Amino acid sequence: MKLNERSVAHYATCDSPADHTGFLRKQLERHHHHGTSYQRCWFVLKGNLLFYFEERESQEPVGLVVLEGCTVELCEAAEEFAFAIRFDDAGARAYVLVADGQAAMEAWVKALSRASFDYMRLVVRELEKQLEEACRSLAACCKPPRRSSSSGRKRHLSNPALQPLQEKPTTLENGYSTWSIGGCVAGGATCTDHDGGQMKPPPLPPRRRLAASSAIGSQASGLSPAMLESPVSLEMICFSKLHNWYGQEIAVLRREWQERQKRGHP
Amino acid sequence: MRYNERELLSLARQPAEKAAEIRMSVPKKGNVLKKRLVKLVVNFLFYFRTDEAEPIGALLLEHCKITKEEENIFSISFIEEPERKYCFECATEEQCQEWVEALKRASYEFLRRSLIFYRNEIQKMTGKDPLEQYGISEEARFQLRAHRQ
Repeated sequence: MKLNERSVAHYATCDSPADHTGFLRKQLERHHHHGTSYQRCWFVLKGNLLFYFEERESQEPVGLVVLEGCTVELCEAAEEFAFAIRFDDAGARAYVLVADGQAAMEAWVKALSRASFDYMRLVVRELEKQLEEACRSLAACCKPPRRSSSSGRKRHLSNPALQPLQEKPTTLENGYSTWSIGGCVAGGATCTDHDGGQMKPPPLPPRRRLAASSAIGSQASGLSPAMLESPVSLEMICFSKLHNWYGQEIAVLRREWQERQKRGHP
Repeated sequence: MRYNERELLSLARQPAEKAAEIRMSVPKKGNVLKKRLVKLVVNFLFYFRTDEAEPIGALLLEHCKITKEEENIFSISFIEEPERKYCFECATEEQCQEWVEALKRASYEFLRRSLIFYRNEIQKMTGKDPLEQYGISEEARFQLRAHRQ
């Protein structure tokens, strides 16, 4: 089977940052009946690809191990600090690697066991869901949440549309914290009224224009006034759309910062 | 360069994110389009002769450029050799757009950038690092570029 080897080798040696690098001794592939021999190679982990080079300065990798569908385990080789990369495919050979010490071995095992594309995708999907939930709960909440600032960037409390929040966020069972605003808890729960029954989330706050100075304060909460005016909706959840949308906030922040610089403020 | 071909072949047999019969040409003289079964699995694009179980070839989709060419056609080229193009002629414009979108998101690097983005956004919104609960906050691969080794 052909592989775009030139491009793969280029990816290995280009200056994109590696996830882990180091010297490891690699068991040689020829099966000796009496004893096994090892070769010391320079290993570079990028994403789900483990490259190895003869020397650290080598221009081209000697080999590549694609890390999908594998497990990484400590192994009872004759060598200390040995671990093995094993594939699900029965009969496939295992790659036995030997680190220089305990710490190096542990670091490699950790890095390699989380290297697969599948694992990365799992984590991304989970975060996508969490972000979606956070956005949804923000849109549904009665008042926009605001982190009370202790950094000296005090917000104008003269704006009646916003109420001050509790100092500490509450932690929900699902592991992430949100702010409790009056009786309404963000984070996916619906607001309850005094009857104890559940009611629909209250309507979104009316659109309003905030002054430029208060816009600076609101950055502390991570929400810009522009965002509150056009609440983030589920259709925007796709990464590239959100990326562009939040980019606007950054552009505003930058401009304001540059202007403050010109005016001689820190 | 040696590589674990056996595992790659096994990967080619996994369920694909996307698979279709598409006419494709490799950057060789002639550039003849031939009907192939094209299969996207993780960050690899495998291509098969339509009646064969084993792929003829695989493309690692890192540091590559996906370009929408003329009608129904897109191409894949790699950063270090932008003139060498793998061309794909789809049945419809819609299919072409779908593949372009899917391939642009197919790299590990894209996934990494998405993760960092979501992590930051969630942190901004909730004040909590979503990776903490998995115990992976400190992993090199999840840090912003500036902090990575």
